[in-house]
Amino acid sequence: MNTHTPSPRVSDEVRKTTCYMCACRCGIDVHMKDGQVAYIEGNRDHPVNRGVLCAKGSAGIMQVNAPSRLRAPLKRVGPRGSGQFEEITWEEALETAASWLKPLRESAPEKLAFFTGRDQSQSFTSFWAQAFGTPNYAAHGGFCSVNMAAAGIYTMGGAFWEFGQPDWERTRLFLLFGVAEDHDSNPIKMGLGRLKARGARVVSVNPIRTGYNAIADDWLGITPGTDGLLILALVHELLKAGRVDLEYLARFTNAPVLVNAGDGPEAGLFLRDAGGKPLVIDSATGEAVPFDAPGVLPDLAGSLDRDGATHRSVFQLLAERYLGPAHAPEAVADRCGIPAPRIRALAAEIARAAFDAPVVIDQPWTDFRGIRHDRMVGRPVSFHAMRGISAHANGFQTARALHLLQILLGTVEAPGGFRFKPPYPKPVEAHPRPNATCRPGTPLAGPHLGFPLGPEDLCINDDGTPQRIDKAFSWEHPMSAHGLMHMVIPNAHAGDPYRIDTLFLYMANMSWNSSMNSTAAMAALTERAADGEYVIPRIIYSDAYASEMVAYADLILPDTTYLERHDCISLLDRPISEAEAAADAIRWPVVAPDRDVRAFQSVLIDLGARLGLPGFVKDDGTAAYADYADYIVNHQRRTGVGPLAGFRGAEGTQGGRGAPNPRQLDRYIANGGFWVTHVPDEAAFFKPWNRVYQNWAVEMGFYDAPQPYLFQLYSEPMRRFQLAAEGHGPHQPPEHLREGLRAAMDPLPHWSPPFGADTAQDYPLHALTQRPMAMYHSWGSQNAWLRQIHGVNPLYLPTRVWQAHGFADGDWARVTSPHGTIEVPVAHMAALNEHTIWTWNAIGKRRGAWALDPDAPEATKGFLLNHLIGALLPARGDGHRWANSDPVTGQAAWFDLRVKIERVAPRHSAKPLYPPVGSPVPKGVRLLRWRVGK
Amino acid sequence: MTALPDTTKRKLGLVIDLDTCVGCHACVIACKGWNTQVHGAPLSDTDPYGAAPEGTFLNRIHSYEVQPANAPAQIVHFPKSCLHCEDAPCVTVCPTGASFKREEDGIVLVNEDDCMGCGLCAWACPYGAREMDAAAGVMKKCTLCVDRIYNEHLPEIDRVPACVRTCPAGARHFGDLGDPDSDVSQLVAARGGFDLMPEQGTKPVNKYLPPRPRDQGAIGADEGDIDVLAPYLAPVTEGPGGFLGWLDRALGQLPGGRG
Repeated sequence: MNTHTPSPRVSDEVRKTTCYMCACRCGIDVHMKDGQVAYIEGNRDHPVNRGVLCAKGSAGIMQVNAPSRLRAPLKRVGPRGSGQFEEITWEEALETAASWLKPLRESAPEKLAFFTGRDQSQSFTSFWAQAFGTPNYAAHGGFCSVNMAAAGIYTMGGAFWEFGQPDWERTRLFLLFGVAEDHDSNPIKMGLGRLKARGARVVSVNPIRTGYNAIADDWLGITPGTDGLLILALVHELLKAGRVDLEYLARFTNAPVLVNAGDGPEAGLFLRDAGGKPLVIDSATGEAVPFDAPGVLPDLAGSLDRDGATHRSVFQLLAERYLGPAHAPEAVADRCGIPAPRIRALAAEIARAAFDAPVVIDQPWTDFRGIRHDRMVGRPVSFHAMRGISAHANGFQTARALHLLQILLGTVEAPGGFRFKPPYPKPVEAHPRPNATCRPGTPLAGPHLGFPLGPEDLCINDDGTPQRIDKAFSWEHPMSAHGLMHMVIPNAHAGDPYRIDTLFLYMANMSWNSSMNSTAAMAALTERAADGEYVIPRIIYSDAYASEMVAYADLILPDTTYLERHDCISLLDRPISEAEAAADAIRWPVVAPDRDVRAFQSVLIDLGARLGLPGFVKDDGTAAYADYADYIVNHQRRTGVGPLAGFRGAEGTQGGRGAPNPRQLDRYIANGGFWVTHVPDEAAFFKPWNRVYQNWAVEMGFYDAPQPYLFQLYSEPMRRFQLAAEGHGPHQPPEHLREGLRAAMDPLPHWSPPFGADTAQDYPLHALTQRPMAMYHSWGSQNAWLRQIHGVNPLYLPTRVWQAHGFADGDWARVTSPHGTIEVPVAHMAALNEHTIWTWNAIGKRRGAWALDPDAPEATKGFLLNHLIGALLPARGDGHRWANSDPVTGQAAWFDLRVKIERVAPRHSAKPLYPPVGSPVPKGVRLLRWRVGK
Repeated sequence: MTALPDTTKRKLGLVIDLDTCVGCHACVIACKGWNTQVHGAPLSDTDPYGAAPEGTFLNRIHSYEVQPANAPAQIVHFPKSCLHCEDAPCVTVCPTGASFKREEDGIVLVNEDDCMGCGLCAWACPYGAREMDAAAGVMKKCTLCVDRIYNEHLPEIDRVPACVRTCPAGARHFGDLGDPDSDVSQLVAARGGFDLMPEQGTKPVNKYLPPRPRDQGAIGADEGDIDVLAPYLAPVTEGPGGFLGWLDRALGQLPGGRG
């Protein structure tokens, strides 16, 4: 009867590499049979995923055989947007690109705009752009979640996601904020599972109760854009009850630092000593001393009169602000959509969890003032946030508010709370300042992206105009640490601040789901000037797949899939470390490409050599690196510090620092594709202040000298911008931005209404999108297995809206915003904030793209909300183009979208419906049976 | 018609925790990936890039919305695959003997060589847990990864079903539910594990762990009832000035503080 063998052969060989189906970067075991990929599962030894793997990861096999994979370099032969291409050789492709770029570099490097999307090699792509000399480089952070990253770095020297994690083993109350089921995918699921297994409480604050929120013990279905109000009301309640960690605040934050409470050019700045160190009052002596004076316990309530001005501690300023009645639960409840008693109950639950039963680890440690602590004591409350709270015009301040709450409770870098992953924490001062001053034929003086500490660090010309095409680091968005990729096409099209020649994009679907107002983006990419030339004259694009963007480029450089290439997941970039270990990893070609495609990074190396870029050629002008693998092994950013930290030195025995090791990649492969080294026990917590950690970080090469610092509850860099807006200092903003800056650059976290609040009467509903967990950050829509899970995306309507409009199953709706109208299928969802509608993002596809049939549901009934979202705010009649972006960081304010809705008769297809684009790849198979080997 | 064994030596099965499942579909795809490679006919997909893609899956996740009377609506993610019933109607209905339940471990399998694709078993299964493969014309179903759990080519730790090995949230457990001392039996006892549709009389081996009560904070708090927690928010004093007075006293009590 029983025909199966109990022990069938699983595979010929297991090749261990790193997943690239999202930003999580799990270790994977790729099972090979007869030279083909047979099965992918999680690598049990890997620090990120410990053997588990999500749906995307297992479905990677359908990415490697996807019919949408580009097959050869392409040259456009039809009009832009038609998708008509001719295959060309790599030599022709590279010579064409070099012939376009070389004259730009020699005359006006800024005329190249090079932006990379979901790039996991930013330390390399930015290095290339820096060598080219254009100021116009960034990756996708500006339209994703720079608010989260920047608020974290400015406030506490690290952020959520790749930079930190909850102490899953010890936390007892976990609060999860924000829409999106994302970063970082598997560790969050694993962590939630561990919390559930030991009965810890999970509370979610999210307008939509999907995914992680569905398993939360308590759900607060907050109204979008009001998280900051809720958080500051929690702060109000906790302060009022004295439920804050005074010792932690005194020792490890700038709460005791003295702030000039007078008027004039120093108002709101820290009182500093001659050496520039902020001063605090020593509790023992009452004297003003540098914050890091040996043995000092700073006085949270300190104040001092000096030079005619009163200086008061940050803590006094923040207590006065947040104890005020504007922050009481009653004052915010209606706007948040959460009853005041519920807010108070949450505050009480946080207080109980934080202070009733501290987590104590019997591990002595020494802080940066030389004080020996005999134990590590922490507060078992932890927080995590998804990008939902940050994709608003008030997102930076909201993320700052959340960090304020964490820090007041003493739950950052303390047992049971939120922990950084090496090479974080790292204070903002240890990060670079942005560089954008370009000269023909010359590399940029330093990296493009950085963290301004004041107006003098902005990337502006003497007349105040932006140096960058995306206006990053200008007065419009002073702290835009990741750039504004979403503004590149609109600005290049408008010639504001100037025109460019070549737009060079990598892995970013800017004609479709990655642009605000995709309709306008397509028009901008195809518009011709009076002379018949395209307004954006040249577009080079690299992608592995026939995405919507392909049709809008003139030259296509086809990339490999992630299983066909070398990569490094570097500590110089977005780390894969865990709180107790530093780690990095590689990808390597576990299968060879069966098409004429090349890894984009190797193509950049080739292009760099053809252009003679410094760092890419030797003294004799020949290529410095054979390919990206060669670069990964041999490039040194600083002496002994390269893209990979593991197996360095001639013998491969050194970690962190060491000479290049020619066998480094072999060592990674033998080790399962990654390298990990553990943080010493005494350095496991309190890392920003912990002497053992600081010394270890220097040994590892994260920085070159210990960098102890205080958490910045009060942000002095923000105050410097605010002072300029108030008229002080040599660097002055344009008049039309002055008032907005003064409000936006508040040095203490504050809440302001998101964009669109003034049109609430006409557009009463909030509209949101999120990627489903099974597709997050993935190229899932052409994936034969994943599209069977999420092939349609109805617009979900809450019960109140459903009933008010008399919707029924199978109905459609017309949805209108100030920017446009769409007509789409709807569905009822009760577990949803009553003022909010939403859909899955990027299920909707352009007909003809992704090798899908033109009648695929993604292409007919799938839709994007992007058509409703302007890259610019509605014109104000003042002649200025106002970006729909956070005024602090430039983060795209996707989630400020407001709409109105009406019921319409069922349609055959969603509107707008665009004509199909030509496909550069053949159609897929009609029947799939993926079994390889015999 | 095919006979079931009177008893089985073991009752291997899954315990699925509905309190923890986030609905990520990891188990669905891991199952698809493994089972298309090894046991029986590959799990086919018809029209995989077209208007109506339809493939064979041995495990699917369904999501349901629940609206309690006095609390916010909830979403429950519900993974479903063959439950390896003790009284499996899919076996007794099989005209060829292709469907069978193993005496040694209770796993319900299909011998594809004997399956003529009549589909009676799928009709008989009250859970809709069997799927006819359109390309192979044979009935496919969860095998509990019978080609993994005894597989000597796999390290011992990996001899679990693919869905269990991959589940990121740890919501899936595998073991012998016939042994009251097994980890899975203990888990079922501790968490009030239940049978799916017990009224069908199929005696499923797989068990589900119920979601823990949700939104207890909402019930009551919305009406202003937070007595239990109220002491945690007792004001230290009234007004900002008073707050600084409290702060002075509190700072004096810090170790090394202003004594």
